[in-house]
Amino acid sequence: MKNKLFISFFLIIFFSGDILSQDNDLGIISGNVQAIGQYYQEDTLINAALPDQLYGFNGFANINYQKGDFRAGIRYESYLNTLEGYPSTFKGTGIGYRYASWTGEGVGVTVGNFYDQFGSGMIFRAYEERQLGIDNAIDGIRLTYEPKNGIYLKGMIGKQRYRFEDKLVNGTGLIRAVDGELNLNELLDSNNSWKLKTVFGGSFVSKFNTDNTTPLFNLPKNVGATCLRLNLRYQKIRFSGEYVRKINDPYPDINERFNYIYKNGEGLLLNLGYSTKGFAIDLSAKHMDNMLWRSTNVNVGPTDLLIGYLPALTKQHTYNLAATLYPYATNFYGEIAYQLDLLYKIPKKTTIGGRYGTSIAINFATAYVPERNFINDMESSRKSYTNSFFARSDSILLQDFNIEIKRKINKKVKLNLNYFNFIFNDDAVKVAGYYKMIYAQIAVLDLTYKINRYHSLRFETQAMWTNQDKGDWLFGQIEYTFSPHWYIAILDQYNSGNNDINKRVHYGLISAGYINGSHRFSFQYGKQRAGVFCVGGVCRAVPASNGLTFSFTSSF
Amino acid sequence: MKKLLFLCSFSLFTLLSYSQLPNINLKDVNGNTKNLSKFSNNGKPIIISFWATWCKPCKAELNTIAEEYDDWIDETGVKLVAISIDDARSSTRVEPYINAQGWEYMVLLDPNGDYKRAMNVNNVPHTFLVNGSGKIVWDHNNYSPGDEEELYEELLKISK
Repeated sequence: MKNKLFISFFLIIFFSGDILSQDNDLGIISGNVQAIGQYYQEDTLINAALPDQLYGFNGFANINYQKGDFRAGIRYESYLNTLEGYPSTFKGTGIGYRYASWTGEGVGVTVGNFYDQFGSGMIFRAYEERQLGIDNAIDGIRLTYEPKNGIYLKGMIGKQRYRFEDKLVNGTGLIRAVDGELNLNELLDSNNSWKLKTVFGGSFVSKFNTDNTTPLFNLPKNVGATCLRLNLRYQKIRFSGEYVRKINDPYPDINERFNYIYKNGEGLLLNLGYSTKGFAIDLSAKHMDNMLWRSTNVNVGPTDLLIGYLPALTKQHTYNLAATLYPYATNFYGEIAYQLDLLYKIPKKTTIGGRYGTSIAINFATAYVPERNFINDMESSRKSYTNSFFARSDSILLQDFNIEIKRKINKKVKLNLNYFNFIFNDDAVKVAGYYKMIYAQIAVLDLTYKINRYHSLRFETQAMWTNQDKGDWLFGQIEYTFSPHWYIAILDQYNSGNNDINKRVHYGLISAGYINGSHRFSFQYGKQRAGVFCVGGVCRAVPASNGLTFSFTSSF
Repeated sequence: MKKLLFLCSFSLFTLLSYSQLPNINLKDVNGNTKNLSKFSNNGKPIIISFWATWCKPCKAELNTIAEEYDDWIDETGVKLVAISIDDARSSTRVEPYINAQGWEYMVLLDPNGDYKRAMNVNNVPHTFLVNGSGKIVWDHNNYSPGDEEELYEELLKISK
């Protein structure tokens, strides 16, 4: 019924089109489209299966209407059939998102679906990552209020998007959330004369669900979480801290020591940085324990119905071998993690810096299993273990050291060199399917040659060395771009060091595209190896495939 | 009656001069709230560029423009607003990066993609050119070396 109302609302807007141009006082209509189609071919050599339907298609379009401070919109989604590797919980065709909102005089109201985040998102983050098939939009009502400059209040209630089956399907759990933020400088220092900048924030989020009716345990129906955050800045020095705590919230787990445990969850995120022109240093530390936080307490898919977002303290790599073979995501049970970033730009017109200067970025990240003292209380309080802040065991989850050197050699040539050194505990992280420790090194050379004002060539070579998992890999790519409309690229990945000689396979791919303003059309043909595709620290395994892919994106 | 007419025409005028940019609060790296629908560059153009610290073409585009930014300001009075879509995992990287590169842009944070969604951005980089009255006159998705020339030409067109 709700959907029908929204549809008729939009039909009215559309068919009044003759009096509605793009931007007169009747309002503005805008939107975007994304469509990906794949034609599959069987390839037993790389384990690429042929689905019955032969083709896969994912598409969606957002249509927004804006008039002054009023906005409303829908997203129409089609999964016909869902692309291989995309969550199977997305299927069919229909409206998956609809909202209306208005703002004025410090007050804002949203009804329908919306996305939002408190602080870093550990306590609450409703977001979408369409390429990965993540969408936990809230369906409900949100109010925002700014009583004074520098004071920001938010409150919301609703259900979470769970699946898409020709229409939006929400989970059964209810989420109630409030957040307040106080910017002392905006509130009290209107001349902006204070050197110390201070922002405080605090949130409370509670969920209600009765899904889990396991007879063995008495499960809490309401679970609450609280979060406090502080941001300080003094000239070039910046500090931020965020602490989240969740009361007992038992989930089923295959590991008996974590199965339906009543221990409280905790997370602490600290960041300290100094940065000035040409130099920056940044240190982060994270203590995370038992912070799985969903609106249901029954078993669901790994990214389903999550209320909180647990950021991984690692750099998101972009070079193919470094990004898709051994990517890291935060361990749900808990972890102690540290990260250091150093950025330096060797000044231009110096002997070492060269004519244009040279940028160096060094990143070091580690994550460990926390030290847990198991207390044998599974027959009584079921807290399972005790632990303390930043106490880590010797069991490493990840170590990632990487260095990037970027230099413009002359007006035509830009050079980018990278080195990566990984220690990856696949027994705990379980993304590679090797389930043991992996030690790997990667080197990348990336060279851009500008032929003239509009034409350029880019060469990329990568090599990975490891004695574990599938062994060594080589990667090469040549890309030709003709600004502002065209590109074509040819690439090959070769599993040169696979222990099984029959699996030393070449994965060749050709890709080309046409861009015109905000419209982009591209196709690619060839083999894609199984890998892990990550956006914003959340990853999805993608199976091997062979075939033709078309994609189209546009906005208006 | 006259008063009413005046009020009507006045409200019509305010509607017509209303900025196309969405009324959504964003924060700068200092934690201060900014709203681009209420932001004006004194009738001069604004470039809005969506980027992320993990996006190579985005950084290439903004670093290329940075080399010519002073000239663009002198010629057209333009102001570039770089909106980072980095989420909590990488948003602490934004400020070190912009300082180390020495960018002089206004940098805003959009960690949950609210502004990106409101501007109908599919993927980054996506760059918009907004004229002095808040109207989007040109946009481009993607970046290849040389794309900045087209942006510069469009910028000169609206600055005459």
